[in-house]
Amino acid sequence: MEKMIEARGLKHEYIQRDEEGNVTNILTAVDSVDLDVLPGQFISILGHNGSGKSTLAKHLDALLMPSGGTLYIDGMDASDEKNTLPIRETSGMVFQNPDNQIIASVVEEDVGFGPENIGIPTDEIWERVEKALKAVGMWEFRKRSPNRLSGGQKQRVAIAGVMAMEPKCIVLDEPTAMLDPDGRREVIEAAHELNEKKGVTVILITHYMEEVVGSDYVFVMDAGKIFLQGTPRDVFSKVDLLKEHRLNVPQITYLAHKLRMDGLDIPEGILTRQELIEALRPYLTFNA
Amino acid sequence: MFKDITLGQYYPADSVLHRLDPRTKLMGTLIFIIMLFVANSWQTFCLVTAGLVILILLSRVPFSFMVRGLRGIILLLLFAGAFNLFLTPGKSIWHYGIFNITYEGLKNAVLMTVRMVLLIIGTSLMTLTTTPNQLTDGLEKGLRFLTYLKVPVHEIAMMMSIALRFIPILAEETDKIMKAQMARGADFESGNIIRRAKAMVPILVPLFVSAFRRANDLALAMEARCYNGGSGRTKMKPLKYARRDGISYLFMALFLAAVILISRFMV
Amino acid sequence: MSIILDHVTYKYNPGTSYETTALSDIDLKIDDGEFVGIIGHTGSGKSTLVQHLNGLIKATSGSIYYNGQNIYDRDFDLKDLRTQVGMVFQYPENQLFETTVYDDVCFGPKNQGLDKKEISLRAYEAIRAVGLPEECCDSSPFELSGGQKRRVAIAGVLAMKPAVLILDEPTAGLDPAGRHDVLELIKDLHKRRGETIILVSHSMEDVANYVDRIIVVDKGKIKYDDVPKKVFRHLKELEEMGLAVPEVTYLMHDLKSMGFPVSDDATTVEEAEEEILKAAGAAGVR
Repeated sequence: MEKMIEARGLKHEYIQRDEEGNVTNILTAVDSVDLDVLPGQFISILGHNGSGKSTLAKHLDALLMPSGGTLYIDGMDASDEKNTLPIRETSGMVFQNPDNQIIASVVEEDVGFGPENIGIPTDEIWERVEKALKAVGMWEFRKRSPNRLSGGQKQRVAIAGVMAMEPKCIVLDEPTAMLDPDGRREVIEAAHELNEKKGVTVILITHYMEEVVGSDYVFVMDAGKIFLQGTPRDVFSKVDLLKEHRLNVPQITYLAHKLRMDGLDIPEGILTRQELIEALRPYLTFNA
Repeated sequence: MFKDITLGQYYPADSVLHRLDPRTKLMGTLIFIIMLFVANSWQTFCLVTAGLVILILLSRVPFSFMVRGLRGIILLLLFAGAFNLFLTPGKSIWHYGIFNITYEGLKNAVLMTVRMVLLIIGTSLMTLTTTPNQLTDGLEKGLRFLTYLKVPVHEIAMMMSIALRFIPILAEETDKIMKAQMARGADFESGNIIRRAKAMVPILVPLFVSAFRRANDLALAMEARCYNGGSGRTKMKPLKYARRDGISYLFMALFLAAVILISRFMV
Repeated sequence: MSIILDHVTYKYNPGTSYETTALSDIDLKIDDGEFVGIIGHTGSGKSTLVQHLNGLIKATSGSIYYNGQNIYDRDFDLKDLRTQVGMVFQYPENQLFETTVYDDVCFGPKNQGLDKKEISLRAYEAIRAVGLPEECCDSSPFELSGGQKRRVAIAGVLAMKPAVLILDEPTAGLDPAGRHDVLELIKDLHKRRGETIILVSHSMEDVANYVDRIIVVDKGKIKYDDVPKKVFRHLKELEEMGLAVPEVTYLMHDLKSMGFPVSDDATTVEEAEEEILKAAGAAGVR
């Protein structure tokens, strides 16, 4: 199968210069990253602020040029400037701040902004806007002003805005960092639904551990490098390694880990409440 | 609340005027202004006023909203009126000390005031029946010919619509920053002008920082959605003239002709 | 020494068709040295509530007493109240404006009209209290990282030496490490300086480990006001209000309702661990 994203030794350097233009500091934000994503996958990239995950995300939408290594998105070389616009059509991006990515003063017009830019005929724009807004459950809000929506709703509008361009892949760059728990749930559910129903490849960038539980594959970053990858279960079984990099694991996983350390026979990488209850059953039913 | 500020004070209603193409309304306003300056007799003014009254009735906007626009300039009106009244030379009809009212002065003052009042009401009628977005769209398309003179019409229209979207956000943010600085003991109410101006710095700096950050984010978000300037773009809501626009243009032409004829030959 | 709210009601746009009641008939007493969490969903009225405490918003009806004095009395000094009841807003880094961290932290004390020496003393003390290195003093606040900026903003309020410190969503937008650091910092301030702390949040999980008392606000009313353990017993009601309860609380609740001999009081991972070990031990498996 053709890969959606393929990065080999991808590197990004921010170069700081003084007034005379001499290089004073080189900051390697993304350092020799290898990344493979297959079409239709739901991928998460975890890391705390400053780990380089957002810089990596910007490469996946051709908003930044690689300083080194290679990056292919849907078979297109991201280092070639000619591919910039086609890549942005293939892969869409949703950003952190819900207010700063909505352009129009009416929901439906904002969703239509992307299709307008790529020259879609008027009738088809309306079809796409309807489809995209329905897909994220925001159709009844189409005539509203974005200012009157909640954070979660604004982010869903932003997702619809990307969906209306019918991309093969959506990159969500910390879409929930500024939302409350309800808004967070709304956005993550919308992302999963698009992935399952429309087959869109989703790349979720986040620092919330709970949000990656439903992913197919997780990459964990620190200091610009991927230091851990695997299924959520594999990743969360490395509690100590994650803690070393100042990352948490979900509460349930952490509790299971602690109980295991206490000598109970509980498998590593417990992800859900149900799994933990099952694992605890032999210890507790006796008394029930 | 800051959230409720709407620029151009649009009054939502369903009327012929609301449904007209914004370009028609812009052109209509322009013609209306021309008429006001062509008109020079009470007959013509009566005709123009009658036309405006019919339009106001058609628009279904309460009359009180029209007059609201006048409140802000009432001083200016009085001042201009008095200026004309007392300082126009001509046949004296009344005088007391240094005050001297002439026939010409009286006529000028009345004409001038009526002109200004009609001008304000006429333009408010347009903004009350047209959403700011329609207005920007109308300007973009209506002024497209200026692109040949290297005027960046699309960019200006885009700027206007983005400004419209961010005005309420920044207004709310100003409110928040102000409260935060007040919580740190800032005082915006007392002291002379210089002190008060200085007190604004803790509000303005964070506001500018935030506006720049937002602009930066927005630019990136627009790029990510393949925004690449005005060329090659299609429109989700293209402006299309309907029958009623044609009829409106016809009326406008006839009306303008009538006003010009009356002011030239009947006085 | 206390803050008392007596039948406080607040309405937006009173008397117009847009009238909405943000707070209705709130009675509340917060004593000196308490560590209180005010929890509520977005739009529940929790932020409006705390902005009453330092007089930034004036109640439509009802009174507020600070140390026995009605803050709405004509001769009450509201500016002084604001220095005594310090308030750190949501995303407080957005209020930074000076060219150096030090100058920014001085803003509050300067407004208090203190003398130069005292201002400088307090600024350095506050910067140290939030755990920023001394070298930061001369750098621009805009060059710091997100977490550091937030510390500067908190220092700016601390420098006024308030007796009560209100923090509105102090962890919003931070990553897990940043959240942990800020909460530890607040806990530490409470312990060392004995300030009354009011922590506003929508995250039960964050707050459960720290505060002694939780006040749950929903639709402008106080729903619960108790120690965390007792508040968390209303699992269903909290969920209906859109408040997320810590996962372990759900777990313990599930285990108990399945008939296992555990207490469902646990709100932290450590407490849950202890409970489960106890139950497993009692079952004689270990």
